[in-house]
This record gives sequence, C-alpha cells and structure tokens, in this order.
Amino acid sequence: MKSINLTINGKKISKEVEDYTLLSTFIRENLNLTGTHIGCDTSQCGACVVHVDGKSMKSCALLAADVNGAKVTTIEGLAENGKLHPMQEAFKKHHGLQCGYCTPGMVMSAVDLLKNKKNPSDKEIREWLEGNICRCTGYQNIVAAVKDAASKM
Amino acid sequence: MAASMIGSKVERKEDKKFLTGKGRYTADITLANQTFAYFIRSPHARAKIKNIDTSKAKKASGVIDVLTAKELNEDKIGGLIAGWKIVSKDGTDMKIPPHPALASDSVNYVGDHVALVVAETLQQARDAAELVKVDYKVLKAVVNTGDAMNSESIHDGIDKNLSFDWELGDKAKTDEAFASADKIVKMTLTNNRLVPNAMEPRASIGDFNPSSEELTLYTTSQNPHLSRLVMSAFNAIHPEHKFRIVAPDVGGGFGSKIYPYAEDVVVAWAAKRLQRPVKWVCERTDSFLSDCHGRDHITNCELAIKNDGTVTGLKVDTIANLGGYASLFATVTPTYLYGPLVLGLYNIASAYCNVKAVYTNTAPVDAYRGAGRPEATYMIERLMDKAAKEMGMDRAEFRKKNFIRQFPHQQCLVHNIDSGDYEAHFNRALELSDYSNFEKRKAESAAKGKLRGIGFSTYIEACGIAPSAAVMSLGAGVGLWESAEIRFNATGNISVMTGTHSHGQSHDTTFAQIVADKLGVPMENIDLVHGDTDKGPFGMGTYGSRSLAVGGTAIAKACDKIVEKGKKVAAHMLEANPDEIEFKDGEFIVPNSNKKKTIGEIAFACYLPGTYGEIKSPLPEGVEPGLKETAFYDPVNFSFPAGSHVCEVEVDPTTGETKVDTYTCVDDFGNLINPMIVEGQIHGGLAQGIGQALYENAYYDETGQLVTASYMDYTMPRADNFPEFRIDYTCTPATSNPLGVKGCGEAGAIASPPAVMNAVIDAIGTEVSMPATSEKVWKALKDKSDTKKKAA
Repeated sequence: MKSINLTINGKKISKEVEDYTLLSTFIRENLNLTGTHIGCDTSQCGACVVHVDGKSMKSCALLAADVNGAKVTTIEGLAENGKLHPMQEAFKKHHGLQCGYCTPGMVMSAVDLLKNKKNPSDKEIREWLEGNICRCTGYQNIVAAVKDAASKM
Repeated sequence: MAASMIGSKVERKEDKKFLTGKGRYTADITLANQTFAYFIRSPHARAKIKNIDTSKAKKASGVIDVLTAKELNEDKIGGLIAGWKIVSKDGTDMKIPPHPALASDSVNYVGDHVALVVAETLQQARDAAELVKVDYKVLKAVVNTGDAMNSESIHDGIDKNLSFDWELGDKAKTDEAFASADKIVKMTLTNNRLVPNAMEPRASIGDFNPSSEELTLYTTSQNPHLSRLVMSAFNAIHPEHKFRIVAPDVGGGFGSKIYPYAEDVVVAWAAKRLQRPVKWVCERTDSFLSDCHGRDHITNCELAIKNDGTVTGLKVDTIANLGGYASLFATVTPTYLYGPLVLGLYNIASAYCNVKAVYTNTAPVDAYRGAGRPEATYMIERLMDKAAKEMGMDRAEFRKKNFIRQFPHQQCLVHNIDSGDYEAHFNRALELSDYSNFEKRKAESAAKGKLRGIGFSTYIEACGIAPSAAVMSLGAGVGLWESAEIRFNATGNISVMTGTHSHGQSHDTTFAQIVADKLGVPMENIDLVHGDTDKGPFGMGTYGSRSLAVGGTAIAKACDKIVEKGKKVAAHMLEANPDEIEFKDGEFIVPNSNKKKTIGEIAFACYLPGTYGEIKSPLPEGVEPGLKETAFYDPVNFSFPAGSHVCEVEVDPTTGETKVDTYTCVDDFGNLINPMIVEGQIHGGLAQGIGQALYENAYYDETGQLVTASYMDYTMPRADNFPEFRIDYTCTPATSNPLGVKGCGEAGAIASPPAVMNAVIDAIGTEVSMPATSEKVWKALKDKSDTKKKAA
C-alpha cells in the first residue's frame, strides 16, 4: 500500500492505494468519478483520458501511486460553476457524441490539443485523436466540434 | 407555439449528462454488499470436459462460491435459445444444439463459459479462477466456414455441421432465365467476420431482494423486455412479474446487445442463489472472444443477363457461419434478413437463393449493424459491377437500366416495396460525386504515381421490423410490434414510455420532438423513459432501424389518443360539442370564439376533477379521470430505405495502402425528424462499413484461437482513416407508417463495403477480398504484374 496525495478537480485528497492500482481504477472506484471510462485493456481506446498536470493521459496506463502530488482533472472537473467548457458546448452543438461512452476521453484529448495548437486543421485534429476510438460517430462531427471550439477558445 | 419540431436540427436532450461524466452505465453502478464475478472460459476451441475441480478455488481468500454446470442443473436453469425457426428445403426444422449457460460436457469455442467465481473483490475472484482445474480432452477444431460441411460433426446428431439448408425463390423459373440468358456472370465472395465492438464492454449486475423476492438485473441490453421474457420463460431464472431488467445508459450495441448472453443468465441466477448482488464487467479481450460476431459468409452468385443489359435472373448460394452455437437471432440473419434483399433495388424477374448455415468452433455469429442486408448488398453490388464490366457497359448506366421504376413493386422473392425513386438518388449521387470528371482526377492521381478508382453501391433495406403477422409466419418466436405510453402529469409535464431502447440513437430527443409536435408541449417538459421493465410497457427493443418507424409511430398514436380525450374534456369545460373542438399548438379551441383551454389546463383538470366555476366536474359522463394513454403499433409492412453511394479511393501501389479520398451518399429515409441525428447515424454506419472493407477482420487460426482479440490486433477505424463524408437526401415518404419514416441506422454499414471495394478493384484492376488491407492490395498488385510478366 502507498499513501498518495492528489488534487482531483481542484480538490485535495489523500488516500491509501495498492501499488498495482491503475489511475483509471483509482478514479472510478476509490473516488467514484465514473465519467472516466474503460473501453479496452491495452491502452488503445482512449475512453479513460484525463489531464495529469494539464496534459492528456490515458489513465489506464498510469499507476495511481506514480502520479502522487499531481493535479488531475477528469471530465467531471471540466465544466466550471455549472457552465459547460466550450469543448463540451461544441460537442453538443455539432452532435459529436452518440452513446457517450468514448466522449469523456475524446473531450479531454481534444481540450489538450487546443492547448498545444490554437487553430488545428482537420488533418491535425484527426491525427491528434488517433488515440481515441469512437464506434458511433464516424468522427466527422467530432472534428467539426473541435474546430468550432478552437474558434471560440 | 413555434414551427413544427419535426424536421428540426434540435440539439440532443441526452448530451449534457454524457459530456459532464454523469452518464450512468452498468459498470458505473455500485450496490451495497456487492460481490464480484469472474468467468472462467475455455482456452480451447473444441474439447470435452472430463472434470472440473473447484475445491481449491472455493477455499481461496474472499471466495464466496464457484459455480459450474452442476449447480446450474441443480437449480434447473435452462440453456440459451435460438429465437427464430428456420425450415430447410426438405421440410425439416433447423438443427439446434444444446447451449448451456455454463458448459457441462463440452466447449465449442475459445471463450465458451465454463465456470463462475464469485468473491468479495474482483482481484480475489481472478486469483481464485487460476485455482480452478478444468480437465479437457482437446479435439480437432472445425474453424473455416467453407470446410465445416466436410468436417467431423462438432455437435452430436448434427450431420455435416449443418443447421439448415434453406431456400427462397422459384428455382425452375430462375433456371429458365439462365438457360435463355445471353450472358452469365459469376463470382465467389467472402463476407469477412467482424466483431461489433461497442465501446462499452458488456456488463451485468444481479440483485435479489429477499423481502419482495424481486430479482433485478442491470445489464447492457438493447432489448430489456425481450431479455426478461427469454430469461423467465426459457432459462427459468425467475418469474416475469418479479423480474426486473434495467438497461441504463448503454454504450453502443450495433446488434451485439439485442439478446441475453450466458453471462446475463449466470449472473442473474448467481445473485438469486447467493442472495447477494453479483457484479460482472467484461474485459475487452473477453468481449472479442464472447460477444457475438457478425457476417462470415461465403457466397457463389451469378447473374443472367440479356444483350441489352437487362438482368433476368439471379442465383445465390451462401454458406453462413453460425459459430459454436445458434444465438438468438442467428438463424434469421442469414435467411429472412438476407435472402429477400439479394435483389437489391433492381427489377429482376427471377431469383433463387440457397443458404446453408453451419456450426464451427468459433464465437456465435448474430446480428451486427445491418444483419443480413450488408451481406446481400455486398453480393449484388459486387456482382452488378463485375457484370457491367463484362458486358462492356458503364457501371452507372448498367445499374440505372435495371432499377425498379414503379411503386408499389412486388419483388419476385418476398417484399412489396411501397415507395422509392432510385434514379433520383443515384443521379444526385453521381452529380455530388462529380462522376463526369472522374477521369481527370484519375489522371491527376496517376501523375503522382497513385491508382485512383471509383465505386458505386446502391442498396435497399427492409426496416421497421415488425410486421408481426409477417415475421411470425416466417418463424419468429415473438411478434415485433412496439408500445408506447404517454403519461401526462398534473403539472403539465410528460413522461413518454417506450419499449425501444436508446444506446446512441438519440431517442430522448427524436421521440420528444414527435411528442412536442403532436401535443404542443415544450421539449424540456417531455422526458423519455426506457430501459427499465418496471417503468414502461412491454416492448421489443431497438435493432433493425425499427425504433422510429415502429416505436415512434406507437408514440404518435398514443399522442392522438391524448388529444382525443382532451377534446372531450375541453368540450365539456368550454360547453361545446367535442366534434367542433380544434386542437392546435397545445390548445383546445372552440372555433370562431375566444374560448380555449391549454393542454396543461386539461391535464390538470383530468387529475383534479373538482369544481370549475359553473361546472361541477370537468369530466363529462363516462370519461375517466387522469390523462395517460397507451398505444401498441404493428405496421402493415416493412419500410424500405434505399440509397446510392459513390466512393473514390487512391491506392499507393508501392505500399498497397488505400485511402478513401471522397465518399458521397444520397439516401432516401422517407421523412426526417431530426436531420442532425440522421446525419450522425449515417457517419457512424459509414465508418463501420468502411472499416469492414479496409481494416476489420476477426481471424481465427487453424486451431480456433482468435488471433485478433484486442485493439492491438483488430483494426478499429480511427479519425484519420476517413475523409469528410458528403451527404444528401431524397425523400419518398414511407406509406407503411403515418410518420412516413423509413429508418436510417444501418444504411451506412450496408452500402459502404461494396462502394469501397468496387472502388479499390477499379483502382487496382484485379480482385481483392475484404478487408483490403495494404498487404492484400500490394499482393494482389504483385500477382497481377507477375501474371502479366509470365504471359509476356
């Protein structure tokens, strides 16, 4: 067992975790933040993407103990004071989600893209999101949403 | 009230929860005192089970129990069923092997369910699973679809591994057409096996309440009422009236979550037996192994053609792989969802279709987006392309020449197509794809050293599944009507219950649009309730692009009943004749007067029928209090969406890599309720269909091991695999339902594989099978050039 201190969605927490606990498991089961999803077991699908110290990371590929001291933002922490983040608004406006399962990871990845690149091209958006699988949308409306969010952020 | 909600691009009501992480999927549910389950699965494709020793595992830390077929039999739990009876051409019924929820004496695919470990934590359950000793006698597996009939029987009493040998059509008439044909064009096609891959892996949580004796199963289902019916009536888990199935938010289904799986049966039963909640969440590799797969056909097909290009006959001979057992809708998928559609949207006077369905030691195959219709479309559209080339005709002109032109049209096989205008969407697709300038683009690609090809595909579907009388006469075990209930509350808001289920299809929004339009109530005051057998009336779930045509119509009919009753109450309150009351934009009006009541006022009065001014009761004699109406709808016919797709690819001959450069589709879905949502459905279908054509393949090696059992090995299409799709519509409203809608959920997956493959083959000038991976395309090009060299 390890003792870890994290800032999750702006809130400081201290917990004991098993050495082998994945960050994704920790977020879902210890913190009950079930917006972070598990879609595969091989770090391929991206449904579990969160921000660790501001960078998008697949939380299933990290141990909770390894991010000790970090600031972690999950999908639950993206909207501020009940106001949706421009990326969330854009996904809604452009029908960038259907079943919603990949959506949290997709949104968190897309937000990080715009931190790195203010006005990405379609090609850059598609390439950035290559690590996030969506089975419903065919990606087209997701690309439209990211472009629209970029114009508003 | 503003303009009609129908036809508006309304943003989705369901989005906010999903975008903020508040969606509630089965795996997100945690029950007090819950236990965790882990399934032990067969590592062998085919084996006899000699013994299962659970003694060590039972003593392991945290283990509550280890359950096997022995315990299942003690409690008389029935096996899984095949829900659609197919009769072979010799008059015998299909052959269905026993399919126990936990294997008793044999296993028939890698991933087959053998035992369940239940423990206090998931880690303990997994650790204990390693202590269960299963003694297998491994047998030679039967893996390939084409070899199954020549291999040893994998199930006792099922000769040649043949479940049925089914036929459709007039063989003699078709033979005549071939005898008098000027040209016969033949081909052999493989429709590759796919894994549906909904992003949410399956999950189940069983919860037994010893006080009320109610059993609840939370599960990832597209069809909770049917699951309850099957699990009550056939698996004998629990009586239907004390059995509740909840399918909360479900992360995609694509057909793979239509029916109860062994895991659902075992988890529900275990919760009842152990008297504690049991939670099971599938891992992705186990999903690959045990979710039902799709497609997997080998087909020989041929066309009889006259010199002028008129197609006069079609023969189709298909072997369809059912996998290790017959899943619930497995038998209808390659028969009635396939055979009647082999004609495509062509006017062909004679056809004969023979389907042999075989068992192999692979995961069961069942409905996957399109179910039978993609296989039919792939066959006819590849064959039409080849025929046009062999006839020396333009592929577009050859298709047009053979289109059905008059409606209604009785096809020579089964369907009577009510409406359509095939030339309209085909011409529009040619225009939108700029077909006339294709040669110019081809030359530009050639200048860059690339091979450019163009492919066409047209399709017709039979959707709106129902009609019950028709499907039951063809062997369905249940009618496929749909139900709805409109429950007005006293404060004026509305709960709409539907028997369909939304797992990405946006029913919360589309159905609310119908109700808002019909009743003049704002969208925000209308909530859809689905996915809980305790809340809504019995319904038949969501699949086969049926929800709007059948379920949406049931909702519209329930709305009509609300208005009918509302008119009676309004007339009484307004001292008018019910016949003269008009209902418009949420108000009951006495024409040529200022007398009116809003529907909210009527709802209030129906629930609080006290004194209203002069009127002692707002309810006329014989009218009951309350405002709630139920409707069941069973359409008279299927609906027939159709469309034309054009794909252009560019192939790099040095690597074999194929890039979809442009993709154009023009579809006729009848009336559209929410075009934004329809567009999303098309995009998703296209991605899956293009995935089938270029990337996806479930590959078993000769021992029956699934080699492609993770996202490392099974190529899922990614964002950078696609261009921006060009989309347009034509509209001939369906006549089989009052909304005039046809269904749009599967079209993209049906039409796109042949469009892409016809383009690839056009580009490389030689045959290649799906998926046209870089390796296969490169090899095909090399073989072509080697053959040329040899000949020279």
